[in-house]
Amino acid sequence: MTELPLIGEAVAVAAHPRLAGAKIGVVTFPGTLDDRDAARAVRLAGATPVELWHAGTTLGDVDAVVIPGGFSYGDYLRAGAIARFAPLMSKIIDAANSRALLPVLGICNGFQILTESHLLPGSMIKNDHLKFMCRDQVLRVENNTTAWTGDYAAGQEITVPLKNQDGQYIADEKTLDALEAEGRVVFRYVGFNPNGSRRDIAGISNAAGNVVGLMPHPEHAVEAGFGPEIGSGTEGLGFFTSVLNKIVGDNK
Amino acid sequence: MPRIVVDVMPKPEILDPQGKAIVGALPRLGFTAFSSVRQGKRFELTVDGEVTEEILAQARDAAETLLSNPVIEDVVNVEVVEA
Repeated sequence: MTELPLIGEAVAVAAHPRLAGAKIGVVTFPGTLDDRDAARAVRLAGATPVELWHAGTTLGDVDAVVIPGGFSYGDYLRAGAIARFAPLMSKIIDAANSRALLPVLGICNGFQILTESHLLPGSMIKNDHLKFMCRDQVLRVENNTTAWTGDYAAGQEITVPLKNQDGQYIADEKTLDALEAEGRVVFRYVGFNPNGSRRDIAGISNAAGNVVGLMPHPEHAVEAGFGPEIGSGTEGLGFFTSVLNKIVGDNK
Repeated sequence: MPRIVVDVMPKPEILDPQGKAIVGALPRLGFTAFSSVRQGKRFELTVDGEVTEEILAQARDAAETLLSNPVIEDVVNVEVVEA
Protein backbone atom coordinates (compact mmCIF):
# COMPACT_ATOMS: atom_id res chain seq x y z
CA MET A 1 0.00 0.00 0.00
CA THR A 2 2.99 2.33 0.31
CA GLU A 3 4.43 2.50 -3.22
CA LEU A 4 2.05 4.69 -5.21
CA PRO A 5 1.38 4.53 -8.06
CA LEU A 6 2.57 1.24 -9.56
CA ILE A 7 2.72 2.70 -13.05
CA GLY A 8 1.73 6.02 -14.53
CA GLU A 9 1.27 9.26 -12.67
CA ALA A 10 -0.78 9.75 -9.54
CA VAL A 11 -3.63 12.01 -10.51
CA ALA A 12 -5.08 12.97 -7.15
CA VAL A 13 -6.80 16.29 -7.64
CA ALA A 14 -7.73 16.96 -4.04
CA ALA A 15 -4.85 19.09 -2.87
CA HIS A 16 -6.26 20.69 0.25
CA PRO A 17 -3.67 20.23 3.01
CA ARG A 18 -6.35 19.16 5.48
CA LEU A 19 -7.43 16.27 3.29
CA ALA A 20 -4.65 13.95 4.42
CA GLY A 21 -6.15 14.08 7.91
CA ALA A 22 -9.51 12.88 6.61
CA LYS A 23 -10.18 9.25 7.51
CA ILE A 24 -12.34 7.04 5.35
CA GLY A 25 -13.36 3.65 6.74
CA VAL A 26 -13.42 0.65 4.39
CA VAL A 27 -15.50 -2.26 5.68
CA THR A 28 -14.41 -5.89 5.26
CA PHE A 29 -16.92 -8.74 5.59
CA PRO A 30 -16.08 -12.43 5.14
CA GLY A 31 -16.09 -12.70 1.33
CA THR A 32 -15.40 -9.03 0.55
CA LEU A 33 -13.08 -8.73 -2.48
CA ASP A 34 -12.51 -5.08 -3.25
CA ASP A 35 -11.59 -3.63 0.13
CA ARG A 36 -7.91 -3.28 -0.81
CA ASP A 37 -8.78 -1.48 -4.05
CA ALA A 38 -11.18 0.83 -2.20
CA ALA A 39 -8.52 1.64 0.40
CA ARG A 40 -6.04 2.35 -2.38
CA ALA A 41 -8.55 4.68 -4.06
CA VAL A 42 -8.96 6.56 -0.78
CA ARG A 43 -5.17 6.94 -0.51
CA LEU A 44 -4.82 8.06 -4.14
CA ALA A 45 -7.48 10.71 -3.52
CA GLY A 46 -5.34 12.08 -0.70
CA ALA A 47 -6.98 10.73 2.47
CA THR A 48 -6.18 8.00 4.98
CA PRO A 49 -8.06 4.68 4.67
CA VAL A 50 -9.10 2.96 7.92
CA GLU A 51 -9.75 -0.79 7.95
CA LEU A 52 -13.10 -1.64 9.56
CA TRP A 53 -13.97 -5.26 10.41
CA HIS A 54 -17.61 -6.38 10.11
CA ALA A 55 -17.66 -7.74 13.68
CA GLY A 56 -16.42 -4.44 15.11
CA THR A 57 -18.73 -2.40 17.30
CA THR A 58 -17.33 1.09 16.69
CA LEU A 59 -16.62 3.27 13.69
CA GLY A 60 -13.92 5.19 15.55
CA ASP A 61 -13.38 8.68 14.21
CA VAL A 62 -13.88 8.01 10.49
CA ASP A 63 -15.31 10.87 8.41
CA ALA A 64 -16.97 8.58 5.84
CA VAL A 65 -17.43 4.86 5.10
CA VAL A 66 -17.05 2.78 1.93
CA ILE A 67 -18.77 -0.62 1.78
CA PRO A 68 -16.86 -2.34 -1.02
CA GLY A 69 -17.80 -5.05 -3.47
CA GLY A 70 -17.39 -8.81 -3.30
CA PHE A 71 -19.47 -11.75 -2.19
CA SER A 72 -20.08 -11.25 1.51
CA TYR A 73 -21.12 -14.57 3.08
CA GLY A 74 -20.92 -16.12 -0.39
CA ASP A 75 -24.10 -14.28 -1.43
CA TYR A 76 -25.94 -16.97 0.57
CA LEU A 77 -29.67 -16.37 1.14
CA ARG A 78 -29.64 -13.13 -0.91
CA ALA A 79 -26.72 -10.88 -1.88
CA GLY A 80 -26.01 -8.66 1.14
CA ALA A 81 -28.74 -10.20 3.31
CA ILE A 82 -26.53 -11.68 6.02
CA ALA A 83 -23.92 -8.89 5.97
CA ARG A 84 -26.73 -6.45 6.71
CA PHE A 85 -27.01 -7.87 10.24
CA ALA A 86 -23.27 -7.66 11.04
CA PRO A 87 -22.59 -5.72 14.27
CA LEU A 88 -20.82 -2.89 12.43
CA MET A 89 -23.78 -2.37 10.08
CA SER A 90 -26.04 -1.19 12.90
CA LYS A 91 -23.41 1.48 13.72
CA ILE A 92 -23.24 2.51 10.06
CA ILE A 93 -27.05 2.67 9.77
CA ASP A 94 -27.28 4.84 12.91
CA ALA A 95 -24.47 7.16 11.76
CA ALA A 96 -25.92 7.52 8.25
CA ASN A 97 -29.31 8.44 9.71
CA SER A 98 -27.89 10.71 12.43
CA ARG A 99 -27.82 14.50 12.22
CA ALA A 100 -24.13 14.25 11.31
CA LEU A 101 -25.18 12.45 8.09
CA LEU A 102 -22.10 10.23 7.82
CA PRO A 103 -21.29 9.82 4.11
CA VAL A 104 -21.63 6.15 3.09
CA LEU A 105 -20.81 4.70 -0.35
CA GLY A 106 -21.90 1.17 -1.26
CA ILE A 107 -20.28 -0.34 -4.34
CA CYS A 108 -21.77 -3.47 -5.98
CA ASN A 109 -22.19 -5.92 -3.07
CA GLY A 110 -22.00 -2.81 -0.86
CA PHE A 111 -25.01 -1.40 -2.75
CA GLN A 112 -26.85 -4.70 -2.17
CA ILE A 113 -26.03 -4.46 1.55
CA LEU A 114 -27.40 -0.88 1.65
CA THR A 115 -30.71 -1.94 0.08
CA GLU A 116 -30.99 -4.91 2.43
CA SER A 117 -30.31 -2.43 5.29
CA HIS A 118 -33.15 -0.20 4.01
CA LEU A 119 -30.75 2.75 3.82
CA LEU A 120 -31.61 2.76 0.11
CA PRO A 121 -34.91 1.65 -1.48
CA GLY A 122 -35.44 -1.19 -3.95
CA SER A 123 -33.37 -4.31 -4.44
CA MET A 124 -31.10 -6.14 -6.86
CA ILE A 125 -32.08 -9.41 -8.52
CA LYS A 126 -30.24 -11.65 -10.98
CA ASN A 127 -29.24 -10.01 -14.30
CA ASP A 128 -32.03 -10.41 -16.87
CA HIS A 129 -29.67 -12.40 -19.15
CA LEU A 130 -28.65 -14.61 -16.15
CA LYS A 131 -24.90 -14.31 -16.82
CA PHE A 132 -22.08 -12.73 -14.87
CA MET A 133 -20.97 -9.67 -16.81
CA CYS A 134 -17.67 -7.78 -16.71
CA ARG A 135 -17.16 -4.75 -18.94
CA ASP A 136 -16.13 -1.12 -19.06
CA GLN A 137 -19.41 0.73 -18.57
CA VAL A 138 -20.37 4.29 -19.46
CA LEU A 139 -22.46 6.05 -16.78
CA ARG A 140 -24.09 9.45 -16.73
CA VAL A 141 -23.85 11.45 -13.48
CA GLU A 142 -27.48 12.55 -13.06
CA ASN A 143 -27.02 14.22 -9.67
CA ASN A 144 -23.79 15.98 -8.70
CA THR A 145 -25.07 17.30 -5.37
CA THR A 146 -24.58 14.12 -3.31
CA ALA A 147 -21.69 13.68 -0.87
CA TRP A 148 -19.97 11.39 -3.38
CA THR A 149 -20.51 13.19 -6.72
CA GLY A 150 -19.75 16.89 -6.08
CA ASP A 151 -16.55 16.86 -8.17
CA TYR A 152 -18.44 15.76 -11.31
CA ALA A 153 -20.43 18.01 -13.64
CA ALA A 154 -24.16 17.31 -13.87
CA GLY A 155 -24.69 15.14 -16.94
CA GLN A 156 -21.01 14.18 -17.13
CA GLU A 157 -20.35 10.75 -18.65
CA ILE A 158 -17.74 8.57 -16.96
CA THR A 159 -16.44 5.07 -17.73
CA VAL A 160 -15.77 2.61 -14.89
CA PRO A 161 -15.67 -1.20 -14.72
CA LEU A 162 -18.85 -3.16 -14.03
CA LYS A 163 -18.79 -6.78 -12.84
CA ASN A 164 -21.75 -8.59 -11.32
CA GLN A 165 -24.37 -11.31 -11.63
CA ASP A 166 -27.08 -9.86 -9.36
CA GLY A 167 -27.11 -6.33 -10.75
CA GLN A 168 -30.66 -5.83 -11.97
CA TYR A 169 -32.05 -2.91 -9.96
CA ILE A 170 -35.76 -3.17 -9.26
CA ALA A 171 -38.32 -1.24 -7.23
CA ASP A 172 -42.05 -0.70 -7.60
CA GLU A 173 -43.23 2.03 -10.00
CA LYS A 174 -44.21 4.38 -7.17
CA THR A 175 -40.72 4.17 -5.66
CA LEU A 176 -39.08 4.67 -9.07
CA ASP A 177 -41.25 7.73 -9.76
CA ALA A 178 -40.33 9.18 -6.35
CA LEU A 179 -36.61 8.55 -6.91
CA GLU A 180 -36.80 10.36 -10.28
CA ALA A 181 -38.84 13.26 -8.89
CA GLU A 182 -36.49 13.79 -5.96
CA GLY A 183 -33.32 13.60 -8.10
CA ARG A 184 -32.20 10.47 -6.31
CA VAL A 185 -31.27 8.59 -9.48
CA VAL A 186 -27.57 9.47 -9.25
CA PHE A 187 -26.18 7.34 -12.10
CA ARG A 188 -27.72 5.87 -15.23
CA TYR A 189 -26.27 3.37 -17.71
CA VAL A 190 -25.52 5.01 -21.06
CA GLY A 191 -25.68 3.23 -24.42
CA PHE A 192 -26.24 -0.26 -23.02
CA ASN A 193 -28.19 -1.54 -20.03
CA PRO A 194 -26.00 -4.41 -18.80
CA ASN A 195 -28.48 -6.15 -16.50
CA GLY A 196 -32.07 -5.09 -17.17
CA SER A 197 -32.15 -2.49 -14.39
CA ARG A 198 -35.38 -0.47 -14.27
CA ARG A 199 -35.08 2.86 -16.07
CA ASP A 200 -31.35 2.19 -16.72
CA ILE A 201 -30.60 2.98 -13.06
CA ALA A 202 -26.98 2.28 -12.07
CA GLY A 203 -26.96 4.06 -8.71
CA ILE A 204 -29.20 5.96 -6.28
CA SER A 205 -28.98 8.02 -3.10
CA ASN A 206 -31.00 8.49 0.06
CA ALA A 207 -33.04 11.68 0.49
CA ALA A 208 -30.22 13.57 2.24
CA GLY A 209 -27.63 12.58 -0.38
CA ASN A 210 -25.08 11.26 2.12
CA VAL A 211 -25.76 7.59 1.29
CA VAL A 212 -25.03 6.55 -2.31
CA GLY A 213 -25.03 3.04 -3.81
CA LEU A 214 -24.16 1.84 -7.30
CA MET A 215 -23.38 -1.44 -9.04
CA PRO A 216 -20.34 -0.35 -11.14
CA HIS A 217 -16.89 0.00 -9.56
CA PRO A 218 -15.37 3.50 -9.38
CA GLU A 219 -12.54 2.19 -7.16
CA HIS A 220 -11.19 0.22 -10.14
CA ALA A 221 -10.82 3.42 -12.21
CA VAL A 222 -8.54 5.58 -10.10
CA GLU A 223 -5.05 4.88 -11.37
CA ALA A 224 -3.53 5.52 -14.78
CA GLY A 225 -2.74 2.26 -16.59
CA PHE A 226 -5.16 0.11 -14.58
CA GLY A 227 -8.58 1.52 -15.37
CA PRO A 228 -10.81 1.29 -18.46
CA GLU A 229 -9.22 1.94 -21.84
CA ILE A 230 -12.12 4.23 -22.74
CA GLY A 231 -11.60 7.77 -21.45
CA SER A 232 -8.85 8.65 -18.98
CA GLY A 233 -9.15 5.37 -17.06
CA THR A 234 -9.28 7.33 -13.80
CA GLU A 235 -12.83 8.61 -14.00
CA GLY A 236 -13.82 6.89 -10.75
CA LEU A 237 -11.44 8.95 -8.62
CA GLY A 238 -13.99 11.77 -8.44
CA PHE A 239 -16.12 9.74 -5.98
CA PHE A 240 -13.32 9.82 -3.44
CA THR A 241 -12.18 13.41 -4.02
CA SER A 242 -15.85 14.50 -3.86
CA VAL A 243 -16.36 13.13 -0.38
CA LEU A 244 -13.04 14.62 0.81
CA ASN A 245 -13.97 18.05 -0.45
CA LYS A 246 -17.37 17.63 1.23
CA ILE A 247 -15.73 16.69 4.54
CA VAL A 248 -13.33 19.64 4.39
CA GLY A 249 -16.16 21.98 3.38
CA ASP A 250 -18.26 20.85 6.35
CA ASN A 251 -15.35 21.40 8.75
CA LYS A 252 -14.51 24.93 7.64
CA MET B 1 -37.81 -33.39 16.16
CA PRO B 2 -40.38 -31.00 14.72
CA ARG B 3 -39.46 -28.57 12.00
CA ILE B 4 -40.98 -25.29 10.95
CA VAL B 5 -41.12 -24.98 7.18
CA VAL B 6 -40.99 -21.50 5.64
CA ASP B 7 -41.71 -21.03 1.92
CA VAL B 8 -40.64 -17.82 0.17
CA MET B 9 -41.55 -16.88 -3.41
CA PRO B 10 -40.61 -13.97 -5.66
CA LYS B 11 -43.44 -11.42 -5.77
CA PRO B 12 -45.89 -12.12 -8.63
CA GLU B 13 -45.21 -8.78 -10.32
CA ILE B 14 -41.45 -9.37 -10.41
CA LEU B 15 -40.04 -11.24 -13.36
CA ASP B 16 -38.18 -14.27 -12.02
CA PRO B 17 -35.06 -14.65 -14.22
CA GLN B 18 -34.27 -18.12 -12.85
CA GLY B 19 -37.79 -19.38 -13.47
CA LYS B 20 -37.58 -18.01 -16.99
CA ALA B 21 -34.38 -19.98 -17.64
CA ILE B 22 -35.97 -23.17 -16.30
CA VAL B 23 -39.12 -22.82 -18.42
CA GLY B 24 -36.84 -22.46 -21.44
CA ALA B 25 -35.03 -25.72 -20.62
CA LEU B 26 -38.09 -27.90 -19.97
CA PRO B 27 -39.24 -28.34 -23.61
CA ARG B 28 -35.75 -29.42 -24.61
CA LEU B 29 -36.30 -32.49 -22.39
CA GLY B 30 -39.76 -33.14 -23.79
CA PHE B 31 -41.67 -31.52 -20.90
CA THR B 32 -43.98 -29.41 -23.02
CA ALA B 33 -46.97 -28.98 -20.70
CA PHE B 34 -45.58 -26.12 -18.61
CA SER B 35 -46.00 -22.52 -19.78
CA SER B 36 -44.36 -20.81 -16.79
CA VAL B 37 -42.02 -21.59 -13.87
CA ARG B 38 -41.35 -19.56 -10.75
CA GLN B 39 -38.54 -20.56 -8.42
CA GLY B 40 -38.80 -19.96 -4.68
CA LYS B 41 -37.03 -21.04 -1.51
CA ARG B 42 -37.94 -23.51 1.24
CA PHE B 43 -36.37 -23.19 4.69
CA GLU B 44 -36.57 -25.91 7.35
CA LEU B 45 -36.05 -24.67 10.90
CA THR B 46 -35.48 -27.53 13.35
CA VAL B 47 -36.80 -27.07 16.89
CA ASP B 48 -35.43 -28.98 19.87
CA GLY B 49 -38.63 -29.86 21.70
CA GLU B 50 -42.17 -28.65 21.32
CA VAL B 51 -43.15 -25.89 18.91
CA THR B 52 -44.92 -23.35 21.09
CA GLU B 53 -46.91 -20.37 19.83
CA GLU B 54 -43.97 -18.17 20.85
CA ILE B 55 -41.49 -20.21 18.80
CA LEU B 56 -43.85 -20.13 15.82
CA ALA B 57 -44.12 -16.35 16.18
CA GLN B 58 -40.32 -16.15 16.20
CA ALA B 59 -40.23 -18.17 12.98
CA ARG B 60 -42.74 -15.80 11.35
CA ASP B 61 -40.67 -12.83 12.48
CA ALA B 62 -37.45 -14.39 11.13
CA ALA B 63 -39.22 -15.15 7.86
CA GLU B 64 -40.15 -11.49 7.41
CA THR B 65 -36.85 -9.94 8.57
CA LEU B 66 -34.09 -12.28 7.37
CA LEU B 67 -35.40 -15.19 5.30
CA SER B 68 -37.24 -12.93 2.83
CA ASN B 69 -36.77 -9.44 1.43
CA PRO B 70 -40.24 -7.84 1.34
CA VAL B 71 -39.23 -5.65 -1.60
CA ILE B 72 -38.90 -8.64 -3.93
CA GLU B 73 -40.33 -11.66 -2.09
CA ASP B 74 -43.43 -12.89 -0.21
CA VAL B 75 -43.52 -15.38 2.65
CA VAL B 76 -46.23 -17.69 1.29
CA ASN B 77 -46.25 -20.38 3.98
CA VAL B 78 -45.10 -21.00 7.57
CA GLU B 79 -46.10 -24.41 8.97
CA VAL B 80 -45.04 -26.99 11.52
CA VAL B 81 -44.03 -30.42 10.21
CA GLU B 82 -43.68 -33.21 12.79
CA ALA B 83 -40.66 -35.44 12.18
